[in-house]
Amino acid sequence: MDPVVHLSNAVAVLGQFPVLAGADLCVDRGEIVLLQGPNGAGKTSLLRLCAGLLPLARGEATVLGCDLRTNREAVRSRVGLLGHANGLYADLTVTENVRFWGATVKASSAEVEAALQRMGLAQRLADVPVARLSAGQKRRTALACLIARRAELWLLDEPHAGLDVGGRDELDITLREATSAGATIIVASHELERAGALASRVVEVVGGQIRTIVEGAD
Amino acid sequence: MLRVARLIAAKDLRVELRSRVVTNQVLPFAAIVMVMFAFALNSDAVVSRVAPGLVWLATLFSLLILVQRSFAIENADGATDALRAAGVDPAGIYLGKALALAAQLALLELVLLVSAVVLYSTELRVGGVVLLVTTFVAATCGLALVGTLYGGLAGGVRGRETLLPLLLLPVVAPVLIGATRATEAALGTGGATVADGWPWVGLLAVFVALFGVGGTLAFGPLIEE
Repeated sequence: MDPVVHLSNAVAVLGQFPVLAGADLCVDRGEIVLLQGPNGAGKTSLLRLCAGLLPLARGEATVLGCDLRTNREAVRSRVGLLGHANGLYADLTVTENVRFWGATVKASSAEVEAALQRMGLAQRLADVPVARLSAGQKRRTALACLIARRAELWLLDEPHAGLDVGGRDELDITLREATSAGATIIVASHELERAGALASRVVEVVGGQIRTIVEGAD
Repeated sequence: MLRVARLIAAKDLRVELRSRVVTNQVLPFAAIVMVMFAFALNSDAVVSRVAPGLVWLATLFSLLILVQRSFAIENADGATDALRAAGVDPAGIYLGKALALAAQLALLELVLLVSAVVLYSTELRVGGVVLLVTTFVAATCGLALVGTLYGGLAGGVRGRETLLPLLLLPVVAPVLIGATRATEAALGTGGATVADGWPWVGLLAVFVALFGVGGTLAFGPLIEE
């Protein structure tokens, strides 16, 4: 089976600065890969490259069978990227936000409802405007949007940030369930203890390159 | 593309219904501008003569606020990035945002026209109604399309609040001129006839076609990194 992500000597540039300087990475279906490394190492850039948002300057990159050199837009509808921002509309309710993002891939009402249920948002918080939510509740809403979008590859940048202990446990369960259902997940996180326990592999990013790979972290 | 456009327009209008920025802030702002024009000109004859131009100037000033608001809701929590990351058709985003903006502009223009009738003693002619409605529809579409395009252009850069008027106002000058002349013809201001207005509507139609096609093609690359 072809890998979900295959990077070979991938170089990406922002302005004049090479944010990825020859990265090599291979991720198989159903894996949870943790990216670790210092700030500015290239973790977020690696996620954005895989999401088709950052152009590939040199090297080879294939995500979900799409060649990022020739058509990086094609992969976007199959990938879910949750970065530092949540991508939510503050004036809309939790349900309206999840319904909106689900509608971008023609998700059914049942799928939207299931996403809300999965993140514990179907009851008390369903009709609350996002502007009134805590940081953790917003993060859970963003994850519900990602579930409703039926992403095959989840790219999560600090997904545990802002979540309380219960929310983190729920998130970990959600991620494991997602991989059981066939999704593949790449997580960039500084919370090595929690994210490391979740990951099937830990990848260290330093200076825009993949330096160390620790297999079987779980 | 049309499905995405409907989705985006419905979302933008729902956000507006919840936040009520147009009704609570933009409409009062436009009304205040109309009153200030009357104070500044201080002559019924002059105000009545230039009323069509004042209506469209007040519309342009309000357009700047509406466009900034339209993209502020996208940029506040990274939704523009999320829309790109989700592979949502940028042409659909462009048309959807333009559609929502046009709906808000139409409401605004109606209020401004009523303000002109009340404050400036502007008289509406039955014979000019078709021209007046056509002018408002064409100018609204033109302003919404160009406003959305330049809102997207300025949305991703630092200093967007000050950059947008600088970019947008020169580009919408043809709409200001065409809409003002056509409205004068519809209202019979300064002895203009209805027939004088239709060539200006033609100019507005060309503007709409140019920015409709150009914006649909250019919006995707504009919001890319």
